[in-house]
Amino acid sequence: MYVAVKGGEKAISAAHAWLDETRRGDTTLPELSVAQIEQQMALAVDRVMAEGSCHDRFLAALAIKQAKGDLIEAAFLLRAYRTTLPRFGASAPLETSRMRLRRRISATYKDLPGGQVLGPTFDYTHRLLDFALAAEGREMPAAPQAPADMGDVPRVTEILAREGLMQREPMTKGEPGDLTREPLSFPASRPVRLQNLARGDEGFLLALGYSTQRGYGNAHPFVGEIRVGHIGVEITPPELGFAIDIGDIGITECQMVNQFKGSRTEPAQFTRGYGLVFGHGERRAMAMALVDRGLRARELGEEADAPAQQEEFVLYHSDNIEATGFVEHLKLPHYVDFQSELENLRTIRSTAQGEQHEAAE
Amino acid sequence: MTQTDTPSSHAARQKWMSILARASAEELSAALAALPHLPEAEILRAPETGLVMVRGRAGGDGDAFNLGEMTVTRCALRLGAHIGHAYVAGRDHAKARLAALLDAALQDSALYPACMQAVIEPLAAAQQEARAAEARKAAATRVDFFTMATMR
Repeated sequence: MYVAVKGGEKAISAAHAWLDETRRGDTTLPELSVAQIEQQMALAVDRVMAEGSCHDRFLAALAIKQAKGDLIEAAFLLRAYRTTLPRFGASAPLETSRMRLRRRISATYKDLPGGQVLGPTFDYTHRLLDFALAAEGREMPAAPQAPADMGDVPRVTEILAREGLMQREPMTKGEPGDLTREPLSFPASRPVRLQNLARGDEGFLLALGYSTQRGYGNAHPFVGEIRVGHIGVEITPPELGFAIDIGDIGITECQMVNQFKGSRTEPAQFTRGYGLVFGHGERRAMAMALVDRGLRARELGEEADAPAQQEEFVLYHSDNIEATGFVEHLKLPHYVDFQSELENLRTIRSTAQGEQHEAAE
Repeated sequence: MTQTDTPSSHAARQKWMSILARASAEELSAALAALPHLPEAEILRAPETGLVMVRGRAGGDGDAFNLGEMTVTRCALRLGAHIGHAYVAGRDHAKARLAALLDAALQDSALYPACMQAVIEPLAAAQQEARAAEARKAAATRVDFFTMATMR
């Protein structure tokens, strides 16, 4: 328990003034603009949008600036801001086969319709610090271009599904559960789990996904496909009565292909773990897909004894804003609580001492 | 009655709304400046920013789920006999108002040809070129596999 205490206003306002000063840093250096963060810290912006669960590049960049680059604090700011806005409705589900792709790779097929497109990737870089970036005002050569086919690219999972080797996803009508409206309850439906994972902490998802590869969950995943790009979002405003496209968002999708040994009703086949996130976030989408597959263990009749298969454990601890709130609340004054603990400890001590005296006499 | 590509058909309106949604406020006001002066519009719903919950599908093609929200700004106004609507990604009120104004103007058969020519067609061409340039950059990163000859 913590108690609201009066006082400290002067100290708090001085602390915040110093925070503002440290945020700005050395004033002989130019101040970062929000547009610079949005453009040049693009992957940090993507992560904040994903964990803040709100796609708005400018707001995410502003949050990063305000948070001095603390991305969890920034996601917190974005989540708090979104609560001030009304909800106009929900979009039509994204049809990711219609994405405009920047990147699309498959680790299961070398040759596939649409090909392997690397896009702007860190893969195959040598991970050596590039000191040339420390010099400002370098000429930036334009990226090469080649003749392009702009048609839709089918999903890899569809190729396997047509052969009957990939489990089809059920498609039920009805509204998916929404964590922003109803609290979690168990067992959680797959749509609710996916919403939870899509905004979960990247580090937490990564560690859990990694654990399934290391034997805690018996996963043998293949990257069926990763696709990164942009897609138009469609809504049907009631006053119009037909679908309209409201603009593009960036997304990353990962289809993880996993073996399934079959059950009484289903033959042995591949099953999917699915990751979908705002922005360019491959690590995040892959980790989400691994954990999604882990959480499907029970419904697929598999043993569910590894951490990544424990629905309550995973879903209750994935959200870094909830987690940071509860961990960091320990900083708030717990004076009364602690006084009672102190009293308690003194009583135990004195009782024990009294008993020792009696025993000695 | 058959539906044709007249200014009132849904397909045509969907197309221009998607182009307006992707243009910036600066682009829209610059394009508007090239048009003959439009009559005064009556604001029915002042620009308002809110959220749309973006949905995906499990496995890409299964049950819908809530991926996360995005900011959207809407506006509605009346221009003569027509009501213009805008729902555009982001928080730019000026852009939403201009998009709604142009949506109304485009529904007016007298204004339609000039609006298409001065606003929609150039914006559509620029947006298409930006997409094509990105597709060409992606195409340059497509892997061409070749098989190493086995040497003995």
